[in-house]
Formats: sequence, C-alpha cells, structure tokens
Amino acid sequence: MKYDAQSFTLVENKEIAKGIFDWKVKNENLAKISLPGQFAHVSVPGKPLRRPISICDVQGDTLRLVFQVKGEGTEIMSRQTPGAEVDILAPLGNGFKIEKGKRYCFIGGGIGVPPMLYCAKQTENPLVITGFRNKDLVILQEDFKNAGAELYMTTDDGSAGIHGFVTDVLKEKINEADEICACGPLPMLRNVAKLAKNFNKPCYVSLEERMGCGVGACLVCACKVKRNQTEEYLHVCKDGPVFNSEEVVF
Amino acid sequence: MADLSVNIAGVHFSNPLIAASGTFGFGREYSEFYPLSQIGGISCKGITLKKRDGNPPPRIAETPSGILNAVGLQNPGVDHFIEQDLPWLKQQNTVIIANIAGNTEEEYCQMAEKLSDSDVDMIELNISCPNVKSGGVQFGTSCESVGAITKAVRSYCKKPLIVKLSPNVTDIADIARSAEANGADAISMINTLTGMRIDIDSRRPIIKNNTGGLSGPAVFPVAVRMVWQASNAVKIPIIGMGGISTWHDAVEMLIAGASALQIGTVLFSDPYAPLKIAEGLNDYLDKNNIKSVTELSGTIKPW
Repeated sequence: MKYDAQSFTLVENKEIAKGIFDWKVKNENLAKISLPGQFAHVSVPGKPLRRPISICDVQGDTLRLVFQVKGEGTEIMSRQTPGAEVDILAPLGNGFKIEKGKRYCFIGGGIGVPPMLYCAKQTENPLVITGFRNKDLVILQEDFKNAGAELYMTTDDGSAGIHGFVTDVLKEKINEADEICACGPLPMLRNVAKLAKNFNKPCYVSLEERMGCGVGACLVCACKVKRNQTEEYLHVCKDGPVFNSEEVVF
Repeated sequence: MADLSVNIAGVHFSNPLIAASGTFGFGREYSEFYPLSQIGGISCKGITLKKRDGNPPPRIAETPSGILNAVGLQNPGVDHFIEQDLPWLKQQNTVIIANIAGNTEEEYCQMAEKLSDSDVDMIELNISCPNVKSGGVQFGTSCESVGAITKAVRSYCKKPLIVKLSPNVTDIADIARSAEANGADAISMINTLTGMRIDIDSRRPIIKNNTGGLSGPAVFPVAVRMVWQASNAVKIPIIGMGGISTWHDAVEMLIAGASALQIGTVLFSDPYAPLKIAEGLNDYLDKNNIKSVTELSGTIKPW
C-alpha cells in the first residue's frame, strides 16, 4: 500500500512569527520517506477537510510543518499542545527533483518559504531568496544559514532586509544558478517563471489550491497546465504540487 | 459475525458500503490504502459521452460540518472509461457501478447503450448534478422529466438501472414514484444540496462556479428524512447516502429504509471510513442478535 494515514505525536508547537506556527511531529515510519516539496495532509478535529501543509524539514523520525493561521482549521491546529496525537496522511504529491552537481536557486515567498528549507538542505551552497510582506512575518533565516545557504531576504515594505521583491534579487543572481525552484503566491511564481524563461533557466514551481482528498480521487484541486499544445486541468495533490513552470498556465 | 451481504436489483454486494460517485475517482487512488474488495462496491466518478474539463478552481469550500463542491464532472469520457479504467476495476473483486451524466436525453441513452455491452455491473443515472450548466439536475427536478429520462434510458439499458435523485425538489416521494414507474431498478439518494459561501473580504463566492453542492454530516438529517419518505413511496430498493460518517449513521440510514449505503465526503478526512463503518455495523448487528443486515432495513417505528 502506497498511502497510509497514521498517528503522529506532536512533540513541539512554537509560534515563530505573528500567526505562524512551527510543528514538530514524530512518526518513524512516515517521516523518513518524505521528500522535499511533498506535503502532509493534516486532519483537524471536528473539520470535514484535512489541511495540506508543505513539509518544511525532516530530522530523523520527526517532520517539521510550518503553517500560517488562515482560518478556523489552522487556528485549531495552532492550539494543539505537545503530546497530542495528530492524524496525518503523508508524504503526498511529487516534490522537487534535486540533483547533485547543480547549483540551485530556491525561492520562497511568505508561507511558501518553509518547503524551501528541506530543499536547501539537499545541496551544497544553494542560493536562497526569501521574501516577506514585512518584518513581523520573517521566518527561518537562521535555519537557512545553518544549511549553508547564500541567503537573501526581502520585504515588500522595507521593514527588514532588502526593500523589494524576491525577483529584484533573482534578476541580479540568476546567472549564478543552474536551476530555480520556487514556492509562494501566484503573482510571485508568475514573475519568477518569466525571469527564468528570459534567462533560459529550468524552473519548477510548487502550486497551491483548495484541496479535498489529497490523493487525486476527488479532482477538486485543479490547476491549468499546458501539455502537447493543449490546456487541461491537472491536480495539485497528485500531479503536483511541483510543476515545470513552462507548463503552468498562470 | 453477522451477514453483511445485500442484493440490490439482482446484484450481490459483499457488504452494503459503496463508495459514492465523485469522491472515489475510478478507485485507483484508494486501492493504495486497502484492497477494494473490502468495500461492497464503487460508484465511479460521473462520466459523460465526451471528455469534460470541469469547472475552473476553486472547486471546494468547507462549511460547518460539510463541504461545497463544484467539480463540474471532469472526466475522460465514456469510451476512455470502458477501455482504460473498467478492465482494471473489474479485477478488484467488488461491484462496479458506472455513473452517467448527459447534456441531452440522447447522450444518456448512447452511454447506457455503450455501457450495456461492457462489464459494468450496474448503471447509475445521474440526473442530479448541480454543478453543470446544461443537463444534470435539470432532468431531476420534476416528476415528468425524471419519468421521461428514466423511460428513455431504460429502453437502451440492459444493466440494472439505479436512478440517483436530487434533494433540490419539492416532493421527493413523487419523484421516487416516477422513477420506479418508468423502469428504475433501484434509487440512490441524496445527491448534494445546492449551497454557497462568500469570502467577506473580496465579496466573491469562494467557489468559482458561485454555487456548489453541499455534502457531509450537515446534510445527513435531510438525507435520512428523504430516504424515509421515498421508502414509503416505492418498493424498489434505495441506496441511502448523504453525510454518512460513522457506523451509527449507517445503522440510522438503514433503519430509515435504505437497503445499501454510499459513503463519500467522510473519505476526505478518513480514507478508511468505509471499513470502520462495516466493522461497527457488524458489531451493532451482533449485539442486537440480528443475523443479516437485510433484516434491519426499513425497521423504523415512526410515531
């Protein structure tokens, strides 16, 4: 059986920025098979839908999930206390394919930053560009530094780091990378993809959509992709969440 | 160990738990959780004569104890289903039900004809999808249109025919009678209730289709009431569905008058729900000294 929903033990829950929580959950069978860019489908007590949360990091038998409170479900999750048993279906989806010998540029925007950490840890000296709306939402900077990244941080309002967008940095640094991987809001992904195309760099993006089953059966998390000259709806959970940016119809 | 098997229109099910159309695809994904032979049957994702792309996203929104969906019948078309999906499904040792939806009466009939020559065990007539612009629920909301489409498809359909009813009607008993009188072998009910949610910041509906179909525990009491009313009106078996999430719900739906059950939305939070429900149902029957699940159906003692 390829899929299994199992109980994970919540070992740590910390608010690392305003409304952003850092979970460490333990399950020795499922944590170690998780790949960068995959996601965990977290059951929320009393809610009919699970919440898809990207995998931020894996340390031995522990999964790290960093999420932002966006509604009632994530609010319930943020109040869970260590020791709680959490029902998680993981790992799901196709992650980023990271090959040895290439220099990667990992780009994260907002709550799209967390999955780039586990990606960054797979390579030597990666280029990492993280962007946030303002200083209160900045996360994971120490973690990226510890992963040996050449790290840049931007804020939209200039309250921390470089005043501007991730693409402002990417423009300057893109020639130092062989390949680009990005996760973040759609306008950011669109602009990253455009730059990558102009500079002829392969680029992969992780998409997000309101999701149901998480395994490709219910077909709700549709995203438009162009393959063989035809546009069609594929699904974020099973066909993605990572897609070649050239295929995505933004 | 009670006998959980049921017979619907001459088709034997090893247990009364059938995966509901639209929540289970063509079975492949859930076969990665457990052998599909552990459930009684699969009502496959609704298929149309030609491939359909479905609606633009977002296609889902959460509601109190439920969900709204508007997938819009994304599917590869009936021929693809027969050639690519059915051969695999037939090896899974469970009952395979093809759920069909058309834009026109002719399309329903053409699909029924094609599927009659295939290996599907039963055909479920979907005249209750609220999320497509033409066809779908427009066939399912008056006695005349339900009668006409059932009669037309019946003449092309050599397989046992289930008619899936919409709850978005004024008198479900009359609709059920009309399906029975025009040749339905069984009824399945209820499809989703049309609903809506709005993002208060953007003032836009959360679902791109504006409205969607409501399912999940929120609709369960409505489904129980309608199954009860329909079962008082017809003799053909009823496959009950609408928010069944626990073995307790399953028992309740059977008592109301259902002979078998479809399980849908709960799969999204718990993929193993049908197996847990079967186990709980068995325990209930054993505890109450009931030898067969068939003895439970319709045993309601109304006031």
